[in-house]
Formats: sequence, C-alpha cells, structure tokens
Amino acid sequence: MNNDRLYERYQRQLILQGFGAEAQQKLLAANVLVIGAGGLGCPVLQYLVAAGVDEVGIVDDDVVSLSNLHRQVLYNVQMIGRPKVECAVEVLQQLNPQTRFAVYKERLTNKNAATILSRFDVIVDGSDNFATRYLVNDACVLLNKPLVYGAISQYEGQVAVFNVQQNNERSVNYRDLFPHPPKDGEVLNCAEAGVLGVLPGIIGSMMANETIKLITSTGVLLANKLFTYNTLNNQTYELELSKQAETASLIPPTIETLQQTDYKWLCSTTIVVNEIDATAFNQLIAEGTAAIVDVREKDEQPVVTEFSHMQIPLNSLQQHTAWLTEDTIVVFCLSGKRSAQAAKQLAEVFGASKKIYSLKGGIQQWMQQQQTV
Amino acid sequence: MITVLFFGKLAEIAGAKAELQAVASTDELLEQLRLQYPALAAEKYIVAVDKKTITGNTSLTDHCTVALLPPFSGG
Repeated sequence: MNNDRLYERYQRQLILQGFGAEAQQKLLAANVLVIGAGGLGCPVLQYLVAAGVDEVGIVDDDVVSLSNLHRQVLYNVQMIGRPKVECAVEVLQQLNPQTRFAVYKERLTNKNAATILSRFDVIVDGSDNFATRYLVNDACVLLNKPLVYGAISQYEGQVAVFNVQQNNERSVNYRDLFPHPPKDGEVLNCAEAGVLGVLPGIIGSMMANETIKLITSTGVLLANKLFTYNTLNNQTYELELSKQAETASLIPPTIETLQQTDYKWLCSTTIVVNEIDATAFNQLIAEGTAAIVDVREKDEQPVVTEFSHMQIPLNSLQQHTAWLTEDTIVVFCLSGKRSAQAAKQLAEVFGASKKIYSLKGGIQQWMQQQQTV
Repeated sequence: MITVLFFGKLAEIAGAKAELQAVASTDELLEQLRLQYPALAAEKYIVAVDKKTITGNTSLTDHCTVALLPPFSGG
C-alpha cells in the first residue's frame, strides 16, 4: 500500500493533536496478543486492527454459539459452530488487509503460555476464567510483558494495566490486587451470572484504548490503578493499587515452574458443560474426527443409525475413558441430561487436554430437528 | 459516619452503599458488616479505604469511604 492510502486510512488519528505520525508509526510496528476472542476480545481486536497494529495474535479454542451473539459482535449466525479465531480473522482481515495475524486455535495452558506470550510485546487478557487470568498474569511477570487487563460480571467491569515499565520499575500486577485465586464456586462467571451485552463492548473498548496508549506512549495509563464501571448507574470508581510484599512469593520463580503449576487446580475451576446444538453436532459428525458417544444403556430407543458412534453407558464411562483417544469427544443421550453428566465426568478426567461436548436436548430433539429440516 | 461501597455480587448482599457510625478500624468495620450481612462471610473481596487498597487492619477516620470489591472473571 502506498503512503497516500496509509495517510487516508489513518488520517483522523494522524491529525489528532498529541498523536500524529510518530504514534501511528509505533502502531504500524507493534504486535499484540489478545487472549480470548469473546465478549472483551471482539472489541479489543476490532479497534486494534482498525488502529493499524501491525501483528495481532489471537488465542481461543472455542467455537461460535448462538448465546455468544448478543455480545460478541464480530460474529454472525452463519458462523455458529465454527472456531472463533477463524471467524474473527475473516472479518478483521476485511477491516484491514494490512494487518498480519498469528492464530492460536488452542487453549492457553501452563505448557504453551510462555512460548506464545514471548513472541509479543503487549498482552491483552480478555479470558473468561480465573485459571487463565492467573496464568497470564504470572507469565507476564516472568517474561516482563505489560498486561492490559479487563474483566466483567453482570453490570460491572474492571480495567487495569499491569506489569508495565514506568520510572525504572514494573507497575503492580494482578497478584498485588487479588493475591490468591478464588475457590470453587466463590465467584460466578458470565455463563452462570449473566452479562449485559453492551458491557464487554465498553470495557473491551477501554482495554483497546489503554493498549493504544501503551504502544504510542500517549496519555496516562491505568497503571497502579484499577478502574471500575457500573452500567446501571454510570458510576466509575478508580482505586490506587500498591505493591504487596507477598506477591513475589506467589508467582512461580521460573518459566519451568510455571509449566508445572496446575492453574486449573489452583482455581478449582467449576466444570462448565459445553452443550452444543444440532447444527454444531452435525458439523462435528461431518468433520469425522471427533469421538461420538451414546451414553444411554444398551437397547434404549430410539436406535441411532444416522451416524457412526460408540456406545458406553454412563455408569461404565469412568472405566472406559481409555477408549477415547480422539481430541474431541461428543456425548449424547435421550434428553441431554445424562450426557451433561457424562461430559462433566470426562472433563474431570481429561481436563483441558480434550474438547468435550454434550448434545443439548438429546438425540430425541436432534431427530425431530432432522425431520423438520 | 463512614460510607461503605459494595461492588459486584456484594451489592446484591448489602446494597450498593451503606452508611455506618464511625468505627476505629477496618477490622471493626468488617466485623460489624459480617454481623449485619452474614452472607458476606462466604465472599472473596479486597478492601480499599479512600480509594487506596489495604491489606492489614487500617485505622479509619470519620467521613472516610470504604469500598469492598470482589474479583471478576468474566470476559
């Protein structure tokens, strides 16, 4: 692209006093990793790509579902069942053909975090669980990476910039704010507590703003601060954070120790059953790489002949997990209740190493839908 | 008077804002809040006095504002 087109694309921020060509050059040379392409990730990605960030990394292992669309505005109904990272890149590449993307269609884990994060200058955390949040924070501290943080619940959001180099020292990190991960069930996530669709739009946009300010050294960052916003009454609250003596002892001392730290266990993350609808179910059947498992008792009606599958009744599932060698497992039963239990049991056994889905509404509803299609 | 602000799920338990008679320290205040709202005992939160986070027991002055904030995981 020639300079005229570049000028035209970024003209409104180039003429901005206190920004200009120098700041734009920094964006055009910057790379940012966005963790999670969900409610927060969508606006972060849109604004960073629009602003001209040279390379954008996206980590996400989820697929688009109908219940995402009220807040994850990059996606549409045609994309349901497809990986979010693929759909996001499709849309974003049209927004800005010059942007380079690094796509990680996987879950961020203690094993891959250091390798993925170390490639990027700025890390943005838009994840949706404490295990990932603590992992990302600790990895950023060990790798000396600035971390733009945002989190939401129901009608409220929090924003901060952690671990950024200022006046020859690193600003506070997430552990200075919340030293220990909460225990199982102490704090609800969006799936359990609900969230208003606009909220991640607001908080995600603020995260993009902090990221752009960080890259271009513009304005004052939310470093050593926690900003909170309430959508119901428009109240904001800004806290001053300070370093805590115990923080250093809570973070693994080396990358090697981090790789051996079980963050899922530390957070004793509540296992959320991933339920899929008929469309996503059919797509997984068509792909042919997933293990499809009927967890009903032998001889239960209706008999399924439409696709090939295994039969492992729920009560003997625990003894036969070794049969499941595929990376993706889809369980079904008559109504979706037993398969949800099965998915939970399998998630306890396999953790994040496999993707486990349960057919929502069961084979009964699936068969009805096939007839109406 | 001391103003106490509750965020996130804590506001569901205690309301968004409470005004309490002045007490000497955050430990005393939290003790009083737990008696008044027993459900707070099961919650995880940080405490800030006049917009600064604190860790240990901190003395309070009249007319100060204490905020209780839970962690959020949603994204």
